[in-house]
Parts: sequence; structure tokens; C-alpha cells
Amino acid sequence: MRNKELSFWLFITPVVLSLSLVVILPVFLGFFYSFTDWNGLTFNQFIGFTHYRRLLDDNQFRQSLWFTFRFAFVSIIVLNVIGLSLAMLVTSQLKSRNILRTIFFMPNLIGGLILGFIWQFIFIRVFSALGDFTGIQGLMGWLSTPATGFWGLVILTVWQQAGYIMIIYIAYLQGIPKSLIESANIDGASPFQKFKYIIFPLIAPGFTVSMFLTLSSSFKIYDQNLSLTGGGPYNSTQMVAMNIVDTAFSSNQMAYGQSKAVIFFIIVATFSLSQVYYSKKREVDL
Amino acid sequence: MKKNDEKDSTKKLRKKKTKKRDKKLIILEVLGLLLALVWISPFYLMLVNSFKVPREIFANVLNFPSQFSLDNYVIAFEDLNFIRSFFNSLLITIVSVAIIILFSSMAGYALARNKSRLSGAILLIFVAAMLIPFQSVMIPLTATFGRAGMLNRVGLIFMYLGFGGSLAIFLYHGAMTRVSISLDEAAIIDGANKFQIFFKIIFPLLSPISVTVAILNVIWIWNDYLLPSLVLSRQNETIPIRMFYFFGQYTRQWHLALAGLTIAIIPVIIFYFSAQKSIVEGVSEGAIK
Repeated sequence: MRNKELSFWLFITPVVLSLSLVVILPVFLGFFYSFTDWNGLTFNQFIGFTHYRRLLDDNQFRQSLWFTFRFAFVSIIVLNVIGLSLAMLVTSQLKSRNILRTIFFMPNLIGGLILGFIWQFIFIRVFSALGDFTGIQGLMGWLSTPATGFWGLVILTVWQQAGYIMIIYIAYLQGIPKSLIESANIDGASPFQKFKYIIFPLIAPGFTVSMFLTLSSSFKIYDQNLSLTGGGPYNSTQMVAMNIVDTAFSSNQMAYGQSKAVIFFIIVATFSLSQVYYSKKREVDL
Repeated sequence: MKKNDEKDSTKKLRKKKTKKRDKKLIILEVLGLLLALVWISPFYLMLVNSFKVPREIFANVLNFPSQFSLDNYVIAFEDLNFIRSFFNSLLITIVSVAIIILFSSMAGYALARNKSRLSGAILLIFVAAMLIPFQSVMIPLTATFGRAGMLNRVGLIFMYLGFGGSLAIFLYHGAMTRVSISLDEAAIIDGANKFQIFFKIIFPLLSPISVTVAILNVIWIWNDYLLPSLVLSRQNETIPIRMFYFFGQYTRQWHLALAGLTIAIIPVIIFYFSAQKSIVEGVSEGAIK
């Protein structure tokens, strides 16, 4: 019996140790430091909610939050619509379905930093060349205004992650029994009816999974933000993750940056948990 | 006579129907291929322009280069210090992934076989830790590791175990429910100890999950930028870190920047085409479970 206990602890110690030191301890330390005047090395005193009160007047932080919310909202919808459409396309009887799947998934393997640099070239150089050629003014000056920066980030994210969402929906689409679709065909159901009454309810769990993944990934996005717009022009496209990094490591305001990180944590956890809760509930209702 | 007519007409009707379906399928096929072309166009544009001289990029951005010259690549390869950053990325990725697989599979096994309340609580903590965004722990994390003198490759690999362990343990724990406990019991009768049981019997049975864990973590760690940029010094930089400085240096010198980006992507593309099926399966499995 003793021997069994000992081996149990030997087997789990490495991961328990790393999780404790890398994730759990920093969560508590971070929470603690956000109420002090910590400078990254030492702290002298507790200052209560001073940092959190300062957050209320921090226009840049508020703007980053608002930008991140809008970005997450738009990209979650576009990503799921396109991801599901791609999945339905490559699970149809197309001859090219395998090569299409390969191509749509490819951007997902490459890092957001590198992809952001490639798209910087597309938006700045290729778009303006096309604008010159076609005379369409809307193609000029991309990434130099807040609006084009916003849509640039959405396009980049959708292009990178739609293949991932496609893979998730494929797994659920393939789980739909063929006999169901066939009997609907015999009953003369239209494609829209088939989608609404058969496909959509049966892939609802896939919806939960991909909403959860897109929600948390679009909130935490950093690399793409850094490489595509760098937060510019004038920090107008700076998202929360970048705002936290800048506050802590560029302006060296460690404790203040950490108070933003705490708020960020609360927002991400709340959204993720409530989203899973409501989606699960709806699945049961259906 | 009448019967034949009927047969003929149903045949015609069916023919008409399949023809209509074929037509629809062809349209869909064309649409799919067009979409695929749009999808890979960024890679096409990167590649063709990486061979051009700056003047030609401005003159015609869509065309093939008028002459193929590797000059841009020679400069970019040297300035990226590609050999060094490539092997640094490779070392960090391989060691981290090996450690994640080893320790997470051991933990997944122990947690699945030990049915106590404590073991359930530990698993729950690991799963809950997945909800914590990296940015909310990075400041105290780098501060404490900095004080311990651990802002180096060893510290980074340890951090990857901490951040990557949760999902891996979750996957291994799930897979263990399909590994019968009678295997353990038979091995105990044969006189094997816990380590022998795990490494000789259980671990080989878990290899499909090990492939999934390896693929998910290779993709993440190879491409990771923020964590290594906070932890590593410049002489140990990985490809993404080097790429960041390289691109900053060549802003608006697109011909060199694009050659550098192409070099950085080549290893990933080779990886993708050499293990495409397992990659897609692994990603799907990791997301859904």
C-alpha cells in the first residue's frame, strides 16, 4: 500500500511541480502584486486599489479593451461561418476535396508572427498596386487607418484559423448518419431544410467546441497584432494582450501592468465559462 | 409497349436529375478551386516577389520574376543567422515535446489508476489551469524565474512543461480509460514494478495519443513568440524572435523581407507534407476532446 502511494507521487511530481511554479504560483503572486507598488524586484507597501482606480481613467486600456471586444465578436462570427462552409465543401463529393482540405488548413501551421508579416506586404504593397491598377480607392492606404487595421486583423485571423475550425466541423459532419440525409432526400427536403433540421442540430456540440476555441484565441491574440499593425496607427489597433506587454515590459510598470492582467484573466475566464455553460444548456434543449 | 414507354421516361427523368446534379457539382468544384487559389495567393505573392529586385516589385507585383536570382536569399539567409536560429528552435522544440510526453503520460497513467478523491482534484486543477491566459501570469512568472537565474533555455523548457502539461495529461487520462486494468494486474503477478508496467506495457499502448500530443505541441512551441522573447537572451534566439528583428531591420525592403519569410516557412511546409494525415488527425483530436 505504501509502495503504491509512493509511485503515485513519483509519477505526478514533475508535472505538479512545473504547473505550480509556472502557472499557479504566478496567478497568486500576480493577484497579490497588483495591490502593491511592486517594481518587478521588490515592493515597499500595499496601496490597495490604487492601480485598479487608475485603470478606470486609462483611455488607452479602455480603447484596447473595446477594440478587442469588437475584434473578438466579428472574428468569432466570420470564423465559424467560413469554417463551417469550408467543412461542408470538403465533405461533399468534390473530386478536389482532399487537396482543398490541405490548402485551407495550411496557414494554421505557420506562426502568427510570420503570417502577419506576409499580410503586411499584401495589404501595403499588393493592395495599393491593385488600387493603382483598378482605380478602386478602397484598396489604398491599408493598415494606415484604424478601420483598415481592424479589418486587416480580422482577415489575417480568419485566413489563419478557418482551416482549424473546418477540421473541427468535419469531425462532427462525418458523425451524421448517412441514412438520415437519405431519408430526408426521399421526403423531398430542400438543402436549406436539411441544414436547419438535420445538420445544424447534430453539429451543435462542434459549435460549442469551436466557439470556445475562437473566443479564447481571439481574446488572447498577440503575435498577429504585433506583426501586422504593431498596434498602430497611434495605438488605435492595440489589443489588450499587447497593452499589458507594453505596460509591463516597455514602460516598466510591472504592478500596474499586472492589475490589467488580473482584469484580463477575469474577463477571459468569465466569457469562456459562461459560453460553455450556455452552449451546453442549449444543446440539451435542442 | 406502354411499359417500355414508362421505363424510358423514368430513365430520362433520372438522367435529367443526374445531369442537373453533375452541373451543380461542377459549379461547386470550380468555386472550391477558386477559393483555394485565393487561399494560397499570399504564399504565391510572397514567393514570386522574393526573387525580384525592388524596382520590379513596384512595377509588377503579381507577375513571375523576369529572372530568377537567389541574391535576396543569400543575404536573408546570412542576416537571419538561419542555421543557428533553426537549430535553437529545433533543440527547444524537441526537448520540450519529449519532456511533455514523458511526464504527462506518467501523470495521466497515475491519475487514471488511482481512483482517490485527491487524484480527481489534481486532475481538475490541471484542467482548470487551461482557462488561465498566458498574459495574466507572464509578469510574475518572468520576474520569479529571473530572480532564480532561470531565464534561459532550461527555464523555458520547464515553462513549456507547465503550460503544455495540462492538455497532454487530459488527453492521456482520457485514453487510459480504454486501457484495461487487467494488464496491470497480470504484470504485477509476473513480478513487475510500477515503472516496468508503465514503460514496458502501458506507454507503448498510448502511442496514438503520444503522436497527437507531439503534433499539437510541436506546432505551438515551434511558432511561439511571446514567451521565448521574454525568456531567452539574444544568442539563444529562436526563428520567430530572429524574424521579428530581421523584419524590423528590413521594413519596406520587401525583396529581402520576403526571402527571409520564405526561408522561415520552408521547414514547416516540409513538416506538413511529410506527416499531413497525422497532423490533421492530431489537431482534430486535440480540439474535440
